[in-house]
Amino acid sequence: MNLKANSYRLRQDVLDIIYRAKTGHIGGDFSVTDILNVLYNQVMDITPENFGRNDRDHFILSKGHAVEALYAVLCQKGFFPREDLLTVSQYGSKYIGHPYNKVNGIEMNSGSLGHGLSVAVGMAIAGRMDKSSHRVYAVMGDGELAEGSVWEGAMAGGHYKLDNLCAVIDRNHLQISGTTEYVMNQKVQEERWAAFGWNVISVNGNDVDALQQAFADAAAFKGKPTVIVAHTTKGCGVSFMENQAGWHHRVPTAEEYEKGMAELKAKEAAANE
Amino acid sequence: MNKIANKQVICEVLMEKAKNDKDVVVLCSDSRGSSSLTPYADAFPEQFVEVGIAEQSLVSIAAGLARCGKKPYAASPACFLSTRSMEQAKVDCAYSHTNVKLIGVSGGVSYGALGMTHHSATDIADMASIPGMRVYLPSDRFQTRKLMEALYADTDPAYVRVGRNAVEDIYSEDNCPFEMDRATVLGEGSDVAIIACGEMVKPAVEAMEKLKAEGVSAGVLDMYCVKPLDAAAVIKAAENAKAVVVVEEHTRLCGLGAMVAQVLGENCPRRMKSLGLPDAPAIAGKSQEVFDYYGLNADGIAAAAHELLK
Ligand SMILES: Cc1ncc(C[n+]2csc(CCOP(=O)(O)OP(=O)(O)O)c2C)c(N)n1
Ligand SMILES: [Mg+2]
Repeated sequence: MNLKANSYRLRQDVLDIIYRAKTGHIGGDFSVTDILNVLYNQVMDITPENFGRNDRDHFILSKGHAVEALYAVLCQKGFFPREDLLTVSQYGSKYIGHPYNKVNGIEMNSGSLGHGLSVAVGMAIAGRMDKSSHRVYAVMGDGELAEGSVWEGAMAGGHYKLDNLCAVIDRNHLQISGTTEYVMNQKVQEERWAAFGWNVISVNGNDVDALQQAFADAAAFKGKPTVIVAHTTKGCGVSFMENQAGWHHRVPTAEEYEKGMAELKAKEAAANE
Repeated sequence: MNKIANKQVICEVLMEKAKNDKDVVVLCSDSRGSSSLTPYADAFPEQFVEVGIAEQSLVSIAAGLARCGKKPYAASPACFLSTRSMEQAKVDCAYSHTNVKLIGVSGGVSYGALGMTHHSATDIADMASIPGMRVYLPSDRFQTRKLMEALYADTDPAYVRVGRNAVEDIYSEDNCPFEMDRATVLGEGSDVAIIACGEMVKPAVEAMEKLKAEGVSAGVLDMYCVKPLDAAAVIKAAENAKAVVVVEEHTRLCGLGAMVAQVLGENCPRRMKSLGLPDAPAIAGKSQEVFDYYGLNADGIAAAAHELLK
């Protein structure tokens, strides 16, 4: 699979979902798309066939508001039919605006920020108890890091030296009210995690090749959990949405939809050349 | 249709107070937009504290401010404020008795399609169960203003829940009877007493009209003061009537319905029906779709009344 082209393909699905549903978190979807694409299509052993087992890899989208990107990836992997995407956020649908484990492919519900890392710690401890080789991945937002519970999980991960655990921070420098540095300073992530006993890898989180290398390095590292500080661009892929706090959960107009779609299609085509 | 949400009125009142009282402080947890408090934050940067996405810290910092003489208003979506920071509300606000006003916005199923993480279907239960914590669910913008004025004037902790969208008016500029901690009587009936709070007051009033047209004598109590519950008003309304219907945007467990049932059982047993959300994640949809699905509308309330009077 051409992962680079696929990221732009997935973003088109996300744009479609949100434009149709008239709700969604497009900025955070676009910043995390490359991470989900690489994890599900290259790194993790999670398929519709093995989903019922415990000894496969495990994944939690702790920044649950980016569920549209997860829907796009899971649908492409065959967890549910494409028609189901038509029902996202509609009356009576199970495809709601946050991960819900009535949906095939989703294991933990999220949406309230700051839970995912500690849940992942539990999954990693279970893996160790069962002497399973599976790995556990949790993806968090950078605004989310203000929740104290994140650091309780970080402490436990470091304390138990869970090298089967990999946290990913979608470091896009934005949250709802503005930049993270304006709302609650998140600078020096790398030093903070190192101090909590984690192996830290910094990477361009919108570069699929760099991400693949980072996940490979994380899996090879023994004795500590790894955090990948994925430096991303919120709204990545559609130039007028990039680095704009306002696109956290804005719904595109018809004109914006056309413009965004054209840009994503052009980028997909270029990546395929 | 009124276009001003109750949370916007809260912002207006806080801006009026902050102008003349430097001790008024508003705190948000990356929630100034959802709380409609951006105008406040822009106008009073010196009386505003942003804590980031950290609802526990939000409430404890507010308690610290209150201990040192400030009048803090901590605003965040009701779902997170009532559960994530419940222990902070219990220990730092109620138990330590600090003058913290907790403002839960976009309450109930306002965030319809965002799922159970974003619904506050348990906030009455959570907050009302804390000794010393008061719980208010104002119905419309006029009552919200009166409530905020009254809360500004006292020094005890309280939790206020308002919805996300503008709701239709119940009262008007010059007709909004309000007495703190006393239910507002919107009608008296000899067949059925309907008791409602928050966004459910409007359908309760509509049900009253509908029942009257059908020959049933119905009354409505706007029980914005869920705690301390106006038990005297409940008893009076029930004594006059044959049956009681309670309606709330909250799980049927441990909310207004349960509190009213306790008062009725102890004082004047009546046939009653409590309408609310199920003990399960609510169905996805817009608020009105969710209300209609669970019969939290005029038809559902009227049907419950007829059933009781059979
Ligand atoms: C506990 C909790 N508090 C508040 C919110 C509301 N909320 C949803 S997204 C968001 C901002 C998230 O920012 P960030 O973690 O940086 O995510 P991203 O930039 O990747 O979208 C907030 C405050 C929430 N979902 N959960
Ligand atoms: Mg962010």
